Amino acid sequence: MAESTMKPPKKALSPVKWMREHLFSTWYNALLTLAVGYLLVTSVGPLLNWLLFEANFQGQDASDCTGAGACWLFISQRLNFFIYGFYPDELQWRVDAMFLLLAIAFVPQFIERFPGRKWLGIFGMTGLPIIGYFLIPGGTFGLEVVESTKWGGLMLTLILAYIGILASLPIGILLALGRRSEMPIIRGLSVVFIEVWRAVPLITVLFMASVMLPLFLPEGVNFEKLARALIGITLWQSAYMAEVIRGGLQAIPRGQYEAADALGLGYWRKMGLVILPQALKMVIPGIVNTFISLFKDTTLVLIIGLFDVLGTVQSTVTDPAWQNVAIEGYVFVAFCFWVFCFGISRYSQNLERKLDTGHKT
Amino acid sequence: MGNPMTEQTQTSNATPSEQDNTGKKSDIIRVEGMHKWYGDFHVLKDLNLTVAQGERIVICGPSGSGKSTFIRCINRLEEHQQGKIIVDDVELTDDVRQIDTVRREVGMVFQHFNLFPHLTVLENCCLSPIWVRKIPRKEAEATAMEYLERVKIPDQALKYPGQLSGGQQQRVAIARALCMKPKIMLFDEPTSALDPEMIKEVLDVMIELAGSGMTMLCVTHEMGFAKTVADRVIFMDGGEIVEEAPPHEFFTNPREARTQKFLQQILAH
Ligand SMILES: Nc1ncnc2c1ncn2[C@@H]1O[C@H](COP(=O)(O)OP(=O)(O)OP(=O)(O)O)[C@@H](O)[C@H]1O
Ligand SMILES: [Mg+2]
Repeated sequence: MAESTMKPPKKALSPVKWMREHLFSTWYNALLTLAVGYLLVTSVGPLLNWLLFEANFQGQDASDCTGAGACWLFISQRLNFFIYGFYPDELQWRVDAMFLLLAIAFVPQFIERFPGRKWLGIFGMTGLPIIGYFLIPGGTFGLEVVESTKWGGLMLTLILAYIGILASLPIGILLALGRRSEMPIIRGLSVVFIEVWRAVPLITVLFMASVMLPLFLPEGVNFEKLARALIGITLWQSAYMAEVIRGGLQAIPRGQYEAADALGLGYWRKMGLVILPQALKMVIPGIVNTFISLFKDTTLVLIIGLFDVLGTVQSTVTDPAWQNVAIEGYVFVAFCFWVFCFGISRYSQNLERKLDTGHKT
Repeated sequence: MGNPMTEQTQTSNATPSEQDNTGKKSDIIRVEGMHKWYGDFHVLKDLNLTVAQGERIVICGPSGSGKSTFIRCINRLEEHQQGKIIVDDVELTDDVRQIDTVRREVGMVFQHFNLFPHLTVLENCCLSPIWVRKIPRKEAEATAMEYLERVKIPDQALKYPGQLSGGQQQRVAIARALCMKPKIMLFDEPTSALDPEMIKEVLDVMIELAGSGMTMLCVTHEMGFAKTVADRVIFMDGGEIVEEAPPHEFFTNPREARTQKFLQQILAH
C-alpha cells in the first residue's frame, strides 16, 4: 500500500534557521540569549583557566604551586589520606579490593547488554558487604586488625552510605507495611517510630548516638562510635524511606489487593509478589532521592569526630604546610559526591525505563 | 486428554448422583442466616443459600442491593458478622488458615479484571499455582497455556495486560482463576466494564465453562446468559434474597412484585 511507505516529513533545519527559531524568535528571547551568552563567555574562560590551563599538576609541595590556577598538587599529594584516612599504607590493598569489587558489581549496571549483570548486582548487595565485613576491619582469617578509628576519607563515606542505603530500604519497607497493617500494635509502633525519627534532626541523632547512647548501655557493653553513627543514620533514613514507600503502597488500586487475596496468596506473598513490585517501581524517584540525600548526609559524621572525605579535606586545608588550598579541596569533595550521586541517579533512570511495562490500566 | 475443562465435564456429568454417598448431590456452599453490616448499615439480611456441586447460579438485582458484597463474603473478601458460611466443608471464620483453604478452592473474576500489570499474561496465570500450590514452573506454564487456549488467547501469553483489550483481559482473568483448578468460580459483573462487542467473547467463555460442570455463582445483568446457563436465578433487593427460581419460572412467572418491577425495567432496554 502506498500509505504504509510514507514517512513523516523531515524537519531538518540549517543551524542559522535553528538559531533564529529557538534563540532569536522574539526581541526578549534575543536579549536573553545575548545576556546568557555574555555571562558564559566571561565566566567559562576564567573557570577553565583556573581548573586546567593555569593549574599546577606537578611538583612536591606547596612551593611548586606557582601558576595562577588551581593547586591540584595539593589533592594529588594528599590523595592517600583523602581516600583511606588513617588506614595503614601496607594494608590498603584490602580497601582497594573492595573498590574493585564495587566497580565490578555496579559499573556493568550501566551497560545495557552486559552478560549476567543482574547477578553482579545481586552479588553487590549480598556477597560484597559480607566480604567487606571481614576484609576491612580484619581480625579473622589471619588478617591484621585495623581499628575503625583509623578508617576515613572516601572509603568511610562509601561504607556509611552503602550500609545506610542497603539497610534503610528493607527497614523502610517493613515500617511502611507496618504502618498500613491491620494489627493495632504493629501499626502503632510503626507510626511512633516513623514520627519520632523523622522529627529529629540528623545532627541530634548523631550526637545522641555518640554521647548519650553509651550512658544508657550497660557497663562493659560498648560498641564503636562508627557502628553507633551507622545505626543512627540508618534508622533515621529508614523513617523517610518508609513514608516514600507508603506513598507507593497507597497508590496501588484496591483491586490488586483483592485479586491477590482471591488467589489465596496470603499476606507475605501478596505483598512480595504483587503489591511491592508495583509500589516500589512507582516510587523509584522518591527512593533514589532518599538514597542521594543519605549519601550526602553522611558528611555530618564530621561533628562526632569521624573523618569522612569532607572531614579529611577539611582537616588538611588548615594544614600550615599548604596555604590557600581550601577551594581546591572543596571542589574535589564536591566532585567526589557528584560522581556517586549522579551515578545513582543515572542508574535509577535506567531502572525506571527497564521496568516500564507500558500499561494503560 | 489434554483439555482441562473436558476432564471436569467427565467427572461431574458422568456421575452426578454419586458425589455424595447419601445419593443426593453434595452441597458445596452453605450460607445460613448470614448478616453483614458496614458500620451501622445493614447490607445483608438473613441470607440463606445452598449450592450443589456443579450448580450454576445467577444473582441479579438493582444497584446497591448487596450482590457484590454477598459473593465477596463467599471467599471472605468481606467478612460477615452473623450466621454461617460453609464452603467445601470449611467454615469461614477469623482463622486465616481456613480462609486460605477456601480461597484456594474458589476462583474469582472481577468487574475490572484486576490483572497484575507488572506481570505478563502467562506470569499472571502461573503466579498462584507456583507459589500457593507449589507446582513446578514448567508444569504450571503448561497448564496455563492450556487454559489460555481455552479462552482463545494463547498468542497473547507473553504480552502485558496493558497491551490487551478489555475483553482479552477479562478472558485472561478467567484463565488465571481457572489455573488454580478451583471447585467454585465467582463472577462479579464480569462483562459490565466491557464494550458491547467484547461482551460476547467473554460470555462465550463463561458458557463453555458452565457446560464443563463448574460450580458457578455469577452476578450479572446479562439475562440471556441467565436463561441459557443458570440452574437457578436469585433476585436480591435491599440486602435480602427476594426470590429464587429456575430461570424459566423466574422470567415468565415471577412471584414477587419487586422482581416483576425489576424485570420490567431491565427488559425494557
Ligand atoms: N466498603 C463499604 N463501606 C460501606 N458501605 C458499602 C461498602 N461497600 C458497599 N457498601 C454499600 O453496600 C451496599 C451494597 O453494595 P454492593 O456493592 O454489594 O451492591 P451491588 O448490589 O453489588 O451493586 P452494583 O450493582 O452497583 O454493583 C451499597 O449501598 C453500598 O453503598
Ligand atoms: Mg456490584
